Amino acid sequence: MTWLSSAWPQVVDLTVRHLAVSAPAILLSIVLAVPLGRMAQRSPRAGGALLSAASVLYAVPALPLLIVVPVVLGIPLRSPATLVVALTVYGTALLVRTAADAFSSISDPVRQAAVSLGHSPRALFWRVELPLAVPVLVSGVRVVTVSTVGLATIGALVGIPSLGSLFTDGFQRGITAEVVTGIVTTVALALVLDAACLLAGRALTPWTRVGVAPSLGILPRPGGPRPTAGRGATGIPATAEAAR
Amino acid sequence: MNLFAEALAWLADPVHWSGPSGIAARLAQHLAITVAVVAVSAAVAIPVGVLVGHTRRGRGVVVAVAGAARAVPTLGLLTILGLMMGIGLQAPLAALVVLAIPSLLAGAYAGVEAVAPDVVDAARASGMSEAQVVRQVELPLAMPVLLGGVRAATLQVVATATLAAYVSDTGLGRYLFAGLKTRDYPQMLAGALLVIALTLVLEAVLASIQRAAARAAAPTHARRAPA
Repeated sequence: MTWLSSAWPQVVDLTVRHLAVSAPAILLSIVLAVPLGRMAQRSPRAGGALLSAASVLYAVPALPLLIVVPVVLGIPLRSPATLVVALTVYGTALLVRTAADAFSSISDPVRQAAVSLGHSPRALFWRVELPLAVPVLVSGVRVVTVSTVGLATIGALVGIPSLGSLFTDGFQRGITAEVVTGIVTTVALALVLDAACLLAGRALTPWTRVGVAPSLGILPRPGGPRPTAGRGATGIPATAEAAR
Repeated sequence: MNLFAEALAWLADPVHWSGPSGIAARLAQHLAITVAVVAVSAAVAIPVGVLVGHTRRGRGVVVAVAGAARAVPTLGLLTILGLMMGIGLQAPLAALVVLAIPSLLAGAYAGVEAVAPDVVDAARASGMSEAQVVRQVELPLAMPVLLGGVRAATLQVVATATLAAYVSDTGLGRYLFAGLKTRDYPQMLAGALLVIALTLVLEAVLASIQRAAARAAAPTHARRAPA
């Protein structure tokens, strides 16, 4: 506590830096994974190859990737951009499978009904498929958010400032309170962003809530489970989904 | 790209391969740590996971452990244990076991729980004891998902064993940290490539074992759709 009382401005600064690296990586992962996931769902052959490539990419350890990225892209090792790229690679690899599942979860009659109502392919995607994919997408985004916030701490090992700097600095100087502060702040940041994803998902899918006039022809069961609640971050990684 | 050539030259230099801190020794050490940690964690986590899946009690605890573990930063766990247990191999080993357990637990539990209840009931009805139901019915059917947990845990451990070099002189991660300190980029990159290669080889081996288990668990299904 005495350490924290004197060092809290540093903790705040590092939290902001941590957020400045994690948030763009999470957003970029969503922007990349959603179209890739839909592509994978549309053409199973290319999709299978894409999903295998994603699982191999996800298997690459973080610290070695941080060292390879700047060599490939020609950017400095200690630049935050290096970390954003590495985190985006993991986030996209993790989210692409969920995105494919999200688009597969939409039943064909719904698509056919939309087409017969005169939706163009573009309108079908933006006004029917994407909104209906949101609940499953959000569960994937929540997993990516929590893992990205945790993984961003690795950057401290190569000198990219984040909450991970509290681990390296605390370890070198033997200040246990500093390391504990780092762990608690990282977990808290992950939980706050996770809650934000959950709320965003609810706001984007008003028809899943009981008591709201149903749209898109999906009737929520009265008192039934909400599709967005309790999924994602607390779900079990059934397959090769390492919690780095 | 020139750096890649330098890293490959570093790797090709026989001087770097021999001796107690040569590549061959460190590769063996890295692999030995990974196998040992996964084996110890599996001995603890898999029986517990199978028990939870079989009795369907304690599900909430397993889900909470798996979820919480994902949020804890591995580097934080490693450094706090390093501070508490001192420089040496104990701290990284303890951290790696803690990291491996959630995936193994979740895989074993999810695999057993996913076995169709009427299959389990049929086994009971044909006179199998509970132990036989677990050993002869649930475990073989749960094997693909259970091995998925082993695969996830192994990848996690082999990746984090790299970070272990931060608190002790262990494994391939040493090249990364030594290279970082002395700004020896070829050495650092060579170490990174070694870890990535080791991980991808392990991933390929475990994926093929998992596929074999899936074929054994659902032979007719596999025959209809050869992968």
